[in-house]
Amino acid sequence: MASVQFKNVSKSFGEFVAVKDMSLEIGDGEFVCLLGPSGCGKTTSLRMIAGLETPTSGSIEIGESDVTFKHPKDRQISMVFQDYALYPHMNLADNIAYPLKVRGESEQNRHKRAQEVADVLKIGHLLERVPAQISGGQQQRTSLARALVYPSKVYLFDEPLSNLDAKLRLEARGFLNHLQRDMGMTAVYVTHDQAEAMALATRIAVMNEGEIVQYAPPIEIYRRPATTFVANFVGNPPMNLLPVEAMIADGGISIRADGLSMDPLPVSARAAKALETGKTLTLGVRPEHLHIAAGGESNTISGKLFANENMGPESLVTLERADAARFTARIFTDDEIRLEQNVSLAFEARHVHLFDADGLRLPFDGE
Amino acid sequence: MAPATILVAVFVIAPFFWVIFVSFTNRTLLGRTAVNPEFVGLANYISLFDPVSFFQRGQFGFSLILTTQFVILSALVGQALLGMLLAWLLQSVPKGVKSITETFVIAAWILPEVVIGFAWFAFLDYDNGTLNMIMESLGLPPGDWLLQQPFWVIVIFNVWRGAAFSMMLFNSAFASIPPSYFQAADVAGASSWQKFRDIGLPLIRGHVVTVLILITMWTFNTFTPFLLTNGGPSYRTELISIYTYRVAFRDFDFGKGAAVGVIIMLINLVFALIYLSLGRKRAKGVKT
Repeated sequence: MASVQFKNVSKSFGEFVAVKDMSLEIGDGEFVCLLGPSGCGKTTSLRMIAGLETPTSGSIEIGESDVTFKHPKDRQISMVFQDYALYPHMNLADNIAYPLKVRGESEQNRHKRAQEVADVLKIGHLLERVPAQISGGQQQRTSLARALVYPSKVYLFDEPLSNLDAKLRLEARGFLNHLQRDMGMTAVYVTHDQAEAMALATRIAVMNEGEIVQYAPPIEIYRRPATTFVANFVGNPPMNLLPVEAMIADGGISIRADGLSMDPLPVSARAAKALETGKTLTLGVRPEHLHIAAGGESNTISGKLFANENMGPESLVTLERADAARFTARIFTDDEIRLEQNVSLAFEARHVHLFDADGLRLPFDGE
Repeated sequence: MAPATILVAVFVIAPFFWVIFVSFTNRTLLGRTAVNPEFVGLANYISLFDPVSFFQRGQFGFSLILTTQFVILSALVGQALLGMLLAWLLQSVPKGVKSITETFVIAAWILPEVVIGFAWFAFLDYDNGTLNMIMESLGLPPGDWLLQQPFWVIVIFNVWRGAAFSMMLFNSAFASIPPSYFQAADVAGASSWQKFRDIGLPLIRGHVVTVLILITMWTFNTFTPFLLTNGGPSYRTELISIYTYRVAFRDFDFGKGAAVGVIIMLINLVFALIYLSLGRKRAKGVKT
């Protein structure tokens, strides 16, 4: 195992800049997820660690050695591909043992080792079959077995679960989490699925347009998103965001918007500075922090009922405001919720997020 | 009937049966048998396979063996191997180098035969040829290649001419393999040779058979070397197509020429049947 470092790495494809001046440190034994929408540069970054792409500028280190221009085979890495990249003409045993074959291991040793790894991944009984004869989930585990069969410094995952159906994906995700706990491997994992990143990562690097927007542990990303982009990307459903007018009055930040009623928020240094130049902020509240107002709450937002979706253990209640902006509440009850045309949702001040006009988080003092 | 049907009937089907018919006669261009050819049964075929003269220079057997050697060396070894090597090397070079190489190789393929014939004639000329100039500048003795090594000249000529086709087919075959297969092998630590042996070649096996059969058929029937050597000197480069041409249109022995034509058709038929059966196998979804 080893650490991985990006030092001011940029990568362009012609005019298109895929990765912009990225610096990132992945510690030994860390499981880091690169999370972002398609085209954000996360896969390109992963492929640069693998050596399948070469940075336009900057350098990449694995352990203590600079690997920027090294061939993939000289980097001692493993990679699981999105399409699994299993060889259709080889059976599973040969597929899994292929990295050992190119290392000149004897056939006996190879197959013994393949059997061991396959047993751990519960595909040991399938070794005689070819990839076309096994299910998608088994193919996924086969490609994982091929990555695990030889010692590597870093394990790279390129959206390995995205070709699985929802149920298998949950199962495979749990398994990967277990494996990480077991092995303590250094892993870099690319995904556009925020739930996958939250579940697996020790740290998440949220990327957008070739840049890292926030690099922090999952709980930090969830609790204190650095920008409106992160707030909107992480969480399901995403955070409710609402442009509001704010000003400092009566020793607090008073916030105003149609249908919104709030107690003044405590003034923080950053917020005070932001309000010197403008008065438009963005207010954010996560759906799970909203509940139906019972009357008497001090922080509420109201509008017309737009949707009321019962999901079983929870319900999603969405209201629509006069300006067509929507607010969704995630309400944990298995009772059916009956609502009037006009709905009020309430929240607590400690669950409020504020972002400045550029979308940057305005932390409260003491954060 | 559609006009196309009529054209095919006039220019393909009629000559096909006409050749078979003529091969059983002693038809010639001039003389008595030109006007009133006689039916001679299998006499033309028997004379082709006459054991006394079969292997003599300028005879059918000699030409058939020469053609077989020509096919093995220039098509199977030369074109296919060189094409495969070029295609494989092109997989791992920068895009610019790849397209430049492709352009040059394909240029050799799309030029008209006559132009290429004269270009090679100029290249090999004893007094002013490019090859001899190169030889001299290297301090090596010049050679009269078309007289001294006519067979190897047409072999190399045909390799040069046809490697482009193999390269393009192998190239597209390699391109049909998902790039992640090779990337996974790269990451796993495989060398270029290991990737070729374990992944590239096994996955294009079906294409390899197709290419081999196609270039075998084409090389077997090729007439272009005639532009360089006229089939000589002393029949040493008289491939089967050139032999047919000489018998029918220089010696004007139409009957015998037609008989050779029929035999060539039968040999081609065998190739075509193998090719079609392989194609059908693949269409059925049998992975090759």
